[in-house]
Amino acid sequence: MNYPETYRYTKEHEWVHLEGDIATVGITDHAQHELGDIVYVDLPKTGTQVETGRTFGSVESVKAVSDIFAPVSGEVSAINEDLATAPEKLNEDPHGAAWLIKVKVANADLSHLMTAADYQTYTGAES
Amino acid sequence: MEETVLQRTPLNAIHRAAGAKMVDFGGWDMPVQYSGLLDEHHTVRRAVGLFDVSHMGEIEVRGPQAEGFLDYVTTNAVARLKNGQAQYSGLLYEHGGFVDDILVHKVDAENFFLCVNASNQEKDFAHISAALAETEFDCEVEFASPKYAQLAIQGPRALETAQKLTDTPLAPIRYYWFADGVFAGVPARMARTGYTGEDGFEVYVAPERAVETWNAILEAGKEFGIKPCGLGARNTLRLESKMALYGHEIGPSITPLEADLAWIVKLDKGEFIGREALRKQAEKGLTRRLTGFEMRGRGIGRDGYEVMMGGQPAGWVTSGSPAPTLNKNIGLCYLPIPHARPGEKIEIMIRNQAVEAETVPTPFYKRDR
Repeated sequence: MNYPETYRYTKEHEWVHLEGDIATVGITDHAQHELGDIVYVDLPKTGTQVETGRTFGSVESVKAVSDIFAPVSGEVSAINEDLATAPEKLNEDPHGAAWLIKVKVANADLSHLMTAADYQTYTGAES
Repeated sequence: MEETVLQRTPLNAIHRAAGAKMVDFGGWDMPVQYSGLLDEHHTVRRAVGLFDVSHMGEIEVRGPQAEGFLDYVTTNAVARLKNGQAQYSGLLYEHGGFVDDILVHKVDAENFFLCVNASNQEKDFAHISAALAETEFDCEVEFASPKYAQLAIQGPRALETAQKLTDTPLAPIRYYWFADGVFAGVPARMARTGYTGEDGFEVYVAPERAVETWNAILEAGKEFGIKPCGLGARNTLRLESKMALYGHEIGPSITPLEADLAWIVKLDKGEFIGREALRKQAEKGLTRRLTGFEMRGRGIGRDGYEVMMGGQPAGWVTSGSPAPTLNKNIGLCYLPIPHARPGEKIEIMIRNQAVEAETVPTPFYKRDR
């Protein structure tokens, strides 16, 4: 799997892609693979404040439910409505069409997160 | 964290080489999924799937009074079995709770073969051995797990798949009967049993012959669309069919009557371990019973979640999952007796939120025969 170089990654297997002051957040291919067939995605409402390291939603597979943690702080400016009716998209395109939320960030510093190369080393060491 | 060494079946390297996702399942390094849980589930319902269940344990009981002894340590009527017949049964404590749920196979009058749960096998053997030591039955008990690997071929095309590999006519073997013969060139016990709610066979072979048998089954089933399957699909399949899982629906603090398994208890067959407790419980009446439910609100009531009725704690979920065949979220739970019946409104506490559900008749899924 190709982990986009322009994204940054968390130890909890989220990714974030910053464009201007809007951060798009999703879960990684590694995360969807570990979860298996995804059946529910719970996301916050637009306008909710999320905070770095705090849970903002959950992803549920046939086997288990897993919290999702915010990689950045800010206000939710959009959520991916498609996932409510087609959660399986998270298994198919986790780094693209199946993004979870967009966050308007006050602080654009992502230096606390891993690069694609670091993340792949991390998941390699974890498994 | 404490370092634990996981046990492995003879097929471990095959699973790993095939890229199966492996998990620690009760101390065993087992494949939880191959192609994907949903895909495997549907494959078993529509075609045929192959499971490695070599982690399961085997115990053999032999001798002139083996039958009488097994009738004493199990709940079902062993004396009613004919040669080549198998029976689902309970192994109970004196107080009526489960030591394990097991399959008893009658090979012949003095030769019985038990299939028991992987994580309970040592406990079961100790329990049975202790019961034998306390009584005067003329028989011997052997811990036979090291002698067997077990492969489960399950699905509507299981019969066709298996028949390609043996000269033993399989169609005449009825559900819960078995035959010994040669399977894929390997001496085998072929039982028409399973844990999926589909037709199928569970094949017991020597561990050193497991890999060749596994490969032969996959090759034979190719034309029917066979796929190797993991324990994840095994769990959703058995739950749809309302088959109990030890540690979930049953355990030391739960009796077969509570678990809706009265049919495996033959109170009139004579003395057996746990009979007095069950007789008393039947006389006094049950206080709780296993009940099926379907989620009405959005969410999945999972294992261990609390069940509420009218805002008060009422019971707990033993198993809960999406049911891929039914396209619903289903589960089993314990409820107090007046409410342990279909048509009751309940709520399941899903991450601190009460979500609506309703009790329903079980099994959730039954195949056409």
